[in-house]
Amino acid sequence: MSAPLLKLANVTVQFGGLKAVSELSFEIHDGELIGLIGPNGAGKTTVFNLVTGVYQPTSGAITFAGKSVLGHRPYKVTARGIARTFQNIRLFSSLSVIDNVRTACNMHLKHGISHALLRGPKFAREEAEIDQTVRELLEIFGLSGECDAPCKSLPYGDQRRLEIVRALATRPKLLLLDEPAAGMNPTEKVELMKLIRFTQEKFGLAVLLVEHDMKVVMGICQRIIVLDYGKKIAEGPPAEIRANHKVIAAYLGKEEDDA
Amino acid sequence: MADQLLELLQQIINGLSQGSIYALIALGYTMVFGVLRFINFAHGDVFMLGAFAGFYLGPKTLKIFGGGPSYAGAIAVLFVAMALCAVIGMVIERLCYKPLRDRPKLTVLITAIGVSLFLSNGGQFVFGAEPKSFPEIITDRLIAIPPAWGRISELTITISQVLVIGVTLVLLFVLTYIVMKTKLGMAMRALSFNPVAAQLMGININVVISFTFGLGSALAGAAGILTSIQQPSIDPLMGVNAGLKAFVAAVLGGIGNIPGAALGGILIGLTEALVVGYVNPTYRDPIVFGVLILVLLVKPTGLLGASEREKV
Amino acid sequence: MFEKSKIILFVVIVACGVASPYVSGINPYYYDILISIGINIILAAGLNLVNGYTGQFSLGHAGFMAAGAYASAWLSLRFGYEFGTSVWATTTAFVLALLAGGIVAAVAGLLVGVPSLRLKGDYLAIVTLGFNEIIKGVIQNAEPLGAQRGLGGMVQHTTFFWTFAFAALTVYVVLSLVHSTYGRGFMAVRDDEIAAEAMGINTTKYKVLAFVLGAFFAGIAGGLYAHFKQFIHPEGFNFMKSVDVVVMVILGGMGSTLGVCVAAALLTILPEVLRYVARIDALPEWLRSIAENRMILYSLLLIILMLTRPQGLFGSGAWKKKKA
Repeated sequence: MSAPLLKLANVTVQFGGLKAVSELSFEIHDGELIGLIGPNGAGKTTVFNLVTGVYQPTSGAITFAGKSVLGHRPYKVTARGIARTFQNIRLFSSLSVIDNVRTACNMHLKHGISHALLRGPKFAREEAEIDQTVRELLEIFGLSGECDAPCKSLPYGDQRRLEIVRALATRPKLLLLDEPAAGMNPTEKVELMKLIRFTQEKFGLAVLLVEHDMKVVMGICQRIIVLDYGKKIAEGPPAEIRANHKVIAAYLGKEEDDA
Repeated sequence: MADQLLELLQQIINGLSQGSIYALIALGYTMVFGVLRFINFAHGDVFMLGAFAGFYLGPKTLKIFGGGPSYAGAIAVLFVAMALCAVIGMVIERLCYKPLRDRPKLTVLITAIGVSLFLSNGGQFVFGAEPKSFPEIITDRLIAIPPAWGRISELTITISQVLVIGVTLVLLFVLTYIVMKTKLGMAMRALSFNPVAAQLMGININVVISFTFGLGSALAGAAGILTSIQQPSIDPLMGVNAGLKAFVAAVLGGIGNIPGAALGGILIGLTEALVVGYVNPTYRDPIVFGVLILVLLVKPTGLLGASEREKV
Repeated sequence: MFEKSKIILFVVIVACGVASPYVSGINPYYYDILISIGINIILAAGLNLVNGYTGQFSLGHAGFMAAGAYASAWLSLRFGYEFGTSVWATTTAFVLALLAGGIVAAVAGLLVGVPSLRLKGDYLAIVTLGFNEIIKGVIQNAEPLGAQRGLGGMVQHTTFFWTFAFAALTVYVVLSLVHSTYGRGFMAVRDDEIAAEAMGINTTKYKVLAFVLGAFFAGIAGGLYAHFKQFIHPEGFNFMKSVDVVVMVILGGMGSTLGVCVAAALLTILPEVLRYVARIDALPEWLRSIAENRMILYSLLLIILMLTRPQGLFGSGAWKKKKA
């Protein structure tokens, strides 16, 4: 087994008296598609926030590609190769579709402020490159018709896709998707499943997916991690999880979010 | 040695009475922030309006109590100013802040700045820019401390200083009672913890918000009268500086925290007195702002405040 | 495509240079207004980068203007003739003093920005206000800077050319930055800091950069002002002055450089118009008094703007969105 891409070891994060995540350990390897599920409030988005540096764990270790990501601000974590989308879509509302994706290219800029001011050939060249890269990405995901439209004018499903495209523009090795199917109808969800599979294969990414819709999760994930009250209660392939008593008990009696 | 102690005590007394003023104003800032998460920039100008309410309505009110300065008359003037300011505060909220409740925070902040400028400049226009002399509503004089108390009898303590501190304490007790023991007070606290849940529990947030503004403005009005008793020279711009200092006090104590505002007010008053007494009067304002900056950089939630997290 | 903007800048600067001798000959009253418009454009465009494009609400811009004004004035008074007394020599000294003033202001911006910019909204506004007061307080206590008496005696080096050349430069810098991938970073920080960080943008860097640049230009504006009015006083750089510039940015529409330039011009002319109205005998007394008191109108303008059209004259619709 090759070295894991992302590794969490006994990670705990405590807010006041509440342990949002408790002694959590798991690994993700290159190219894997992993699902993270659990009842509402289980701590799934908290895990994302821990991995991306929004929160710092109270104890435990998080390593990515062999190096620790603790103590890093989110933008540094992104630079290492972890990108994410958000549970409530967080697009840049005043920017157009294409500009939203362009912002994600800032971290790879080779030119600095002086070039933006002097606007020499180097600047022009890099801007053209970025433009091309971004347009290609948008093309792949079927959003190129709306490049200059304000991002808020896109239908909801397209906005979610745009968020994914934006995250991809950071050239990640690991992509964290936070409930990408939320608010979608069954047809859109099927499209989404294909899209995630496609993205993963085309860009050679590992994907960690938080999702409430079991069809989506069971349909594409190779392995599923189950959280309840911040603790991992099960981990394994979809078939195993489906039959796991602890998992069923955790969901029984709780609000189940269905499509 | 005794000389220095005496000097220190003197400054402390001065600081406490000035601090009481700041505390009263700071309470308004902190209550509004607690309930609306917004800093009412115009609050300091309500304090100024309280002083002017006393100026214009004071003599008439005193006539009801026999004409000259008297304690009963002074309390009446206090009530009049508090009531008037409460109304003014609620009107401002209804007209200028309520329509903006769904808008980005910046919009309301700018509006508040606009209201503040309107009140202070409007005051200059309506009342005239020159300082006015606040009418005597109590006969202020030095309290004669019996020589038997030793060196302490050398301290300069005026009746007005004692009155300011005393009235502030009374008002603080009343406020604490209202916030802790009445339904409206409980609603205020509920609203500050969780606005959505509070509404779902049937709390009429418009009423509670109006009440909060009214309460805070009444306290500012009281501060206006109290400060004018001590320093009878009032002018339409007096609210700007005092308001800013009181805001620093609220932040120092922990914005949104009621005991914190009172504590912050006292501390700022003491700091000012010590700076004026021991350092250099011209450094008074910059040092108070320095305190603000220090607090915001080191512990933005203030001495008694709790931290807030943005949900990601 | 990118060459065009540089050519335009060059043409504008040359045009200013050519026009300058003729412009100085006009009625001194109108000349004063014209120079003031130029200075206000520099102030407003610089502040717009901070408030409008990066979404950081700074209420202390006058403090940076003061830093630049006093730094350049002091240098000018001390070293104005270091290179000689010819026109070339004194002009060079002036420009160097101006730039030095800008740099001093930029440093002040850095010192203020780094600690303050981790605060949000209301808090940032109050802290910048506090720093404005502190800068003013420092000047008021500094003997070499004239303390409470003010500082005077500067030679009037500021001309139409220098004012509008720098104004054009300021606008160019702001627009060039904004119309680049780099510049999209500022707006990303404004729209959603958390998302911006997640997309690899070092939000602190962008916030501080906008702040420092804004301060630099405010410093230049200060220097130009000092060498025009030939006398500066700490009270001229107080909170009210900061509010003046903020109103320009808000009226123009935060995030629209064209808008704030127009607003800067409008709000420079407005007090003069009001002064004129105040003198029209035919109007009732109360109307004339209100006209004299421009701050009342400013404040009403602010309130009404926020209630009805918060995006200002030219601003984007982002300011009308409902709180998420």
